[in-house]
Amino acid sequence: MSKNSNVPARSKVLSRRETRTAYLFLLPALVFFIGFVIIPMVLCLITSFFNYTMGDFSFIGIENYVKMFQDDIFLVALKNTILIVVVAVPTVTAFSLWVGASIYNMHAISRSFFRCIFYLPVVTGSVAVSVVWKWMFNKYNGLFNNVLTGMGVIDQKISWLGDERFALWCIIVILFTTSIGQPIVLYVAALGNVDPSQTEAAEVDGATKFQTFWKIKWPAIMPTTLYILIITTINSFQCYALIQLLTSGGPNHSTETIMYYIYYQAFKLNNYGYGNAMGIFLAIIIAIFSAIQLRVGKSDN
Amino acid sequence: MNSGIKTKKTYDVIVMIIMIILAILFAFPLYWIITGSFKDAAAINAAVPEWFPHNPIKDNYVRLMAKPAFKWLFNAVFISVTSMALTCITASMAGYALAKKRFAGQKTLFTLLICAMALPKQVVLVPLLKEMSFLGLHDTMWAVILPTVGWPFGIFLLKQFSEGIPTEMLEAVRIDGAGEIQTFTTMVLPMVKPGIGALAIFTFISTWNDYFLQLIMLNSSDVLTISLGIAKLQAEMSNDFGLIMAGASLGAIPIVAIFLMFQKYFTQGITMGAVKG
Repeated sequence: MSKNSNVPARSKVLSRRETRTAYLFLLPALVFFIGFVIIPMVLCLITSFFNYTMGDFSFIGIENYVKMFQDDIFLVALKNTILIVVVAVPTVTAFSLWVGASIYNMHAISRSFFRCIFYLPVVTGSVAVSVVWKWMFNKYNGLFNNVLTGMGVIDQKISWLGDERFALWCIIVILFTTSIGQPIVLYVAALGNVDPSQTEAAEVDGATKFQTFWKIKWPAIMPTTLYILIITTINSFQCYALIQLLTSGGPNHSTETIMYYIYYQAFKLNNYGYGNAMGIFLAIIIAIFSAIQLRVGKSDN
Repeated sequence: MNSGIKTKKTYDVIVMIIMIILAILFAFPLYWIITGSFKDAAAINAAVPEWFPHNPIKDNYVRLMAKPAFKWLFNAVFISVTSMALTCITASMAGYALAKKRFAGQKTLFTLLICAMALPKQVVLVPLLKEMSFLGLHDTMWAVILPTVGWPFGIFLLKQFSEGIPTEMLEAVRIDGAGEIQTFTTMVLPMVKPGIGALAIFTFISTWNDYFLQLIMLNSSDVLTISLGIAKLQAEMSNDFGLIMAGASLGAIPIVAIFLMFQKYFTQGITMGAVKG
């Protein structure tokens, strides 16, 4: 502040002019950002305190938030969502690190070949990919049952997506294949940025490959790992498309996730206020998870 | 020493074999959709999977053409191209301002953009739908395009690229008498071109595949995208696997081809976006 008051008047005019130009350049982006990101977020927060349905719009305080924890389906959805996150996030991160490190050492051509292949399920899209998985998991003529009965592992055909014990795990497997593409690309790029003189020095000093990795490369790629953890957490928490396409939350709510339940409450039952309250709750959980990961990641360094 | 090299060699070979097996598994869905679209019902439902179509048929595509499949494809292209163009224009301007201008409220704005990025964007779909109905845009393609353009990822990406422009060069152009707009178009745009390429391809692919947003916003048959069209076929004619796979191929082949053609830019886009994200 005091620095500003010392600046000559002419320069103040200039800086005001620069501010004006800057906002003119920002204007188009801000119109879209405020109009279609900020306004809906604010509306989401406000309406979460209302009993907001087709015919009603009245303030009810935190009642929607209280109702959530008395809603058995919501609690099941919460449990399933957390299970998805707890299983998917570490496996996606560890596996993509392993693949990333392995293909990083390869020839440039094989490296970009594998990078593309692991990205294919993402590019192909959830809808097209789910068509194939639906067939593979099919009870009567699906690939898995044919292979497993053929090998004598199981003697009765399993309805993979129709069985409470397996359905959620099937979803997690598909989610895994559509989630590792981006982390692999990021890890390959991050490993390329590790200062080669440091790893060479360590190897000259007699460090094993394993030691070099943990002592030099792992700390260097930590920011990438954190970023991957956070985006994978956000994506896993929002798992929706696969469930809508494959199980519709069933059987018996065993694949119900918060995101799916929000959609069901808001668009099938028109309970907009209640759906928005669950959305705010989901956003808060994601923020907490991200904050914990950042904290742990920073103290690790 | 020798045995060390030998174990390293063995390890490399094992890794290569595992990678090749994984690659086959990851490429399988796409392979199966495309080959499946040329099979008849008997071949698709065969107890022993027909790994390659023995008698390829085009019947599935004939039945697909009886549906408005090209209309769905056109809609997907329209939504993706429009979102891509608008995102590139708005983000390159905003990214430049954030990187190269000093202005009041800069820090607050930057923090706001970061916070918005960290939030789950699907959460706001319920109020977004209400907003679109209020604006009379629900069930039009704009209901998908406008929120896509609003997402701040592109601003970050092009801020990263704009930071690479030497400030002295900008000043030199200004001293030569160039106005703000001229500086931007003749100086900034050519320098952030790789960033715009990366953002363009990234936006195109992610918009094409944003099934959830399309599902919420689009209902009428004349605005459906190819993703929604396939999902519709899957729901309405779930036993006609050949038809569904033909639809899935029609949706997947263009986007995969675009990805393979521009994958260099695409990779650059997601890595640059992550640095500060």
